[in-house]
Amino acid sequence: MCGIAGLIHRSGSSNVGFEMTSMLQALKHRGPDSTGFAVYGPPVPGGYVMRVIVAEREDIDRGHGILETISGRIEELEKRLAEHGAKVKEKEPATAYALRYVLSHDGDTAAMAKYIEEIEGVEILSFGNGLELIKDLGDAGEVSDTYQLNDFNGTHAIGHTRMATESDVDIRSAHPYWAFPYNDVSVVHNGQITNYWIMRRQMERMGHRFMSNCDSELLAVYTAHNLANGVSLDDSLRRSIEEIDGVFTYLVATKDQLGMAKDTMAAKPLVLYESDDLIAMASEEVAIRAILPQEIDTYDPYDEEVRVWQA
Amino acid sequence: MAGVMESELQGMTQEQRADALGMTTEQLTGRSLFVEFDPDAAERFNYPWAPEVDYNKRIEIDTDDMSTTEVNDKMRALMDEGYGTIVVKNPRGKHSLGVGILSRLNLIYEGSLGYFAVGLIDGPNVRINGRVGWSCGENMMAGTVIIEKNAGSTFGAAIRGGDLVCRGSVGSRTGIDMKGGTIIVGGDTGALSGFMMQRGRMIVCGNAGRNLGDSMYDGTIYVGGEISSLGVDAVTAELTDLDRSWLSRKLKQYELMPDQGVDHFTKVVAGKQLWNYDNLEPTEKKLIL
Repeated sequence: MCGIAGLIHRSGSSNVGFEMTSMLQALKHRGPDSTGFAVYGPPVPGGYVMRVIVAEREDIDRGHGILETISGRIEELEKRLAEHGAKVKEKEPATAYALRYVLSHDGDTAAMAKYIEEIEGVEILSFGNGLELIKDLGDAGEVSDTYQLNDFNGTHAIGHTRMATESDVDIRSAHPYWAFPYNDVSVVHNGQITNYWIMRRQMERMGHRFMSNCDSELLAVYTAHNLANGVSLDDSLRRSIEEIDGVFTYLVATKDQLGMAKDTMAAKPLVLYESDDLIAMASEEVAIRAILPQEIDTYDPYDEEVRVWQA
Repeated sequence: MAGVMESELQGMTQEQRADALGMTTEQLTGRSLFVEFDPDAAERFNYPWAPEVDYNKRIEIDTDDMSTTEVNDKMRALMDEGYGTIVVKNPRGKHSLGVGILSRLNLIYEGSLGYFAVGLIDGPNVRINGRVGWSCGENMMAGTVIIEKNAGSTFGAAIRGGDLVCRGSVGSRTGIDMKGGTIIVGGDTGALSGFMMQRGRMIVCGNAGRNLGDSMYDGTIYVGGEISSLGVDAVTAELTDLDRSWLSRKLKQYELMPDQGVDHFTKVVAGKQLWNYDNLEPTEKKLIL
């Protein structure tokens, strides 16, 4: 089933970490397997934030000698960062297997990211000036506590609660997906994409990388491809309704925008609240009510509807 | 396949084989509404022969910190105590509130409800001073439900009776598989509204999305605004005086009567070109085809 949520403040920052946690916790019944956040804070001056995992959570429980393996992966990761001219300004282990780096880097992000992901077990979850992408097994409250998201200030965020159907219960199959290697772009999705393999092969032939077998990852790659070719977010969302088959509602966030698209069948829900200061949307109204308890006006976007809001 | 050997079917025409197998075509038009429930069968079932309830015995409950189950249990307990009017405050978009109420009752929600609001009801009058999520009034048997704001998709799915009214706009697939009753939408409705509709009437004062009435078997849809497109086997029909009279009465009743009257409404019915009902099992059907 899965639940998705998004919010964007149009008049300054707010505690979007806490707000998104509240929204996703209200959607827990739609998917208890994993929870993910893409939160957008103030731009890091002269640098980038990189979120990375160096192992799956289940590896920690099962793996003999995994901690030594992880140390080796981190050492290699930092060596490769240095080889690409990236300087680590801050390093913050969120868990035994997930780290947050603040870097300065002037080179080719895509080349560096690909080089790093050649290390076995290493995946870059996000890279950007303002984007911080966090995802892990468990409900929103657990993930938010683990990664200390309850005090995260920013302008906008998207999030996802996952009920795994066609791929594993692990971090790499959890949402959101970073639109690799496009800085600050993330995607969450509710639905099934029926031409996934056809589209994936097309994207792979054009050189794009996939880290999971989750159909939702396609939307991130597809969006990255379009944006990299100068297509606006609004046009990319509209094109996707024509080019991608299946039932889907998905949200895309960039460093200063939040967009939504609903397929031709409108078979996956989305409830929308819009005011001068705040736009909030979720699979169910109960999530919006988690941050706006007062009486508000909401509505369901129709089939083929595309909207983009600016922070 | 009573009295027919398979070997006897050989050499017959398709029509003869159909006759020999006893195939009949079902006519759905003109069938009267049938009463589906025995009033003595369920403990609290009391519609349509329900005794009068005391609507003046009124109570308000604040459901802010209650779960759906707690709210529904509380309402049933209050009904058992004889309350005829219950006001539910702070529903906060909870799902499945007010489902399965089989008695007369004035039920007022001061706020918005989530999915499956007041589904499977048989008799209460419900007013929701807010919005509802998907599948409001699903399988509703009788009574009246009025939503003051917007509603989500599959509004009134498989409704069998009563009046389900949304003053705002509703999502997609409104009245999907509806089998009776009346759905009234003050604003617009989304794609595939009236999909596989079998009986009943739907009024949409605003616009209707793509594929309106797709594969509808029977029933009538009235649209006051633009229709993006008609679905398979949905056709327009002439608005009769009887239609005008009924539309006027219903829209006045719910204070949704347009200033220009009802002459501009488009009537949509089933073309009935897709009808293919018979009484045979698929294995028997193969012997004919």
